[in-house]
Amino acid sequence: MAELKTDEMVINMGPQHPSTHGVLRLELLLDGEIVENVKPHIGYLHRCFEKHCEAMTYPQVIPYTDRLDYVNAMSNELGYAIAIEKLLGIEVPERVEYIRVIMAELQRIASHLVAIGTYGNDTGAFTPFLYCFIDREKVLELFEMTCGARMLYNYIWVGGLSHDIPDGFVKKTKEFIKYFRPKIKQLNDLLTFNKIFIERTINIGILPADVAINAGASGPTLRGSGVKFDLRKNDPYSVYHKFDFDIPIGKGELGTVGDCWDRYMVRVREMEESLKIVEQAIDNIPEGDVTSAIPKRIKPVAGEIYSRTEVPKGELGYYIISDGSLNPYRVKVRSPSFVHLSLMNQISRGYMLADVVLVLGSFDVVLGEIDR
Amino acid sequence: MEAAEIFNLLKSVFNEGIMELKTDVPVAPFIIVSADKINAVSLFLRDEDTLQFDSLSCLSGVDYDKDNLASVYHLYSFVHNHKITIKVIVPKDNPLVQSVYDVWATAEWHEREAFDMMGLKYENHPDPRRILCPDDWEGHPLRKDYKVQEFYKGMKVPY
Repeated sequence: MAELKTDEMVINMGPQHPSTHGVLRLELLLDGEIVENVKPHIGYLHRCFEKHCEAMTYPQVIPYTDRLDYVNAMSNELGYAIAIEKLLGIEVPERVEYIRVIMAELQRIASHLVAIGTYGNDTGAFTPFLYCFIDREKVLELFEMTCGARMLYNYIWVGGLSHDIPDGFVKKTKEFIKYFRPKIKQLNDLLTFNKIFIERTINIGILPADVAINAGASGPTLRGSGVKFDLRKNDPYSVYHKFDFDIPIGKGELGTVGDCWDRYMVRVREMEESLKIVEQAIDNIPEGDVTSAIPKRIKPVAGEIYSRTEVPKGELGYYIISDGSLNPYRVKVRSPSFVHLSLMNQISRGYMLADVVLVLGSFDVVLGEIDR
Repeated sequence: MEAAEIFNLLKSVFNEGIMELKTDVPVAPFIIVSADKINAVSLFLRDEDTLQFDSLSCLSGVDYDKDNLASVYHLYSFVHNHKITIKVIVPKDNPLVQSVYDVWATAEWHEREAFDMMGLKYENHPDPRRILCPDDWEGHPLRKDYKVQEFYKGMKVPY
């Protein structure tokens, strides 16, 4: 019998592939089923965001930021608004800050639900995906009653908000908190501690803490590796210093510290913490006018700022240069997914082809903010 | 550490490689480093005990002014919880900057993006390809003097 041919083989995963979470192509070099090299090719969704911004006035950029990470529009707007406010040197009313925090945390829950649901889907569990989307819909309903949009809001403006929260928002949010707590437990029973799910996600895609820091990882990806770092605590912005919440980190409970399950679990626990923050904020929203601090004309003095916020995926940074005119001179977005995707090659080498899907899913990348 | 202290420390070690400390611009001060020293300076920033800038938050290419481009580094130290901004300014006709990919892994893709969008060339970069635009795209879109090519593979580009 002739010997079997054992050449290495190049396989393209994507650009149209359900497990790449968007239009992404991974060029995989395989030895049998073992992955030798991963080369991500991005740019399929490049929409010239940064170039567009240079032709827009400062407030006109906000709807574009919605479309960076399109499952997380509130947090993108918040980061941009904070950057411009720092550049202008203006203070926003306390009421605005509270509502912003509530929105950002509800958005974190919605974004994590997408991450968790699709991650279950990647491992072959379709049911949790549907349950997650039912719960996410409840959050989107809250946003819809606030500003009319389900996904792309244009709600958080520089210096304020487009609308005040409507009547009944507080009541409905409280109902949501009450409704959602048991759902996290249900989700854990259904997916997190499912034997098959655990077996598939532990001990793969291990990201050691020093590698994570050197590569600029942030958010759940960094915390999954056991680094207790969250910009909401370590470099606080808005009114986060007023709330009491924990920073969950990966401890390697079932496998190794920094494996895919750890990153996944950080997200599940963060939803609980977000609920805590919303719970503390919702009863204490101060009175005030949410549009009073919005500047009539936004024209910062010449200068520059790098401002970063903690979005569900990690550190979202805006580097904005003003030349003193009505349009920004340069807007650079440092998106967490961009940095995390660049780690792919390093941490998925040596695992099976099927594990590549799980490693990618554990980063929760959104191609909208990678390609911009 | 404050920007002035970091500047003085760098100045005492590298002297002519460190050019200027700018504090008069809003919002944060920055240090200008010469293009052929940036790798050594970065390594020092990362490994010196009192600095320990272990992460590169962001690397951006900027069309600095009429004749110059800039490569901007935003550094953060997890250990000391301090930040600093470093700038390398190079002429547009010879935009050569040393790569720092071996100091911070974040830089590898960000430098590719800065090359793609601004045309900054990073010396010793392991994979100096475009990242967002197609490999055979012409010009660097984020430059202020960028003109869109008329045809790309026979397709009309501006519409």
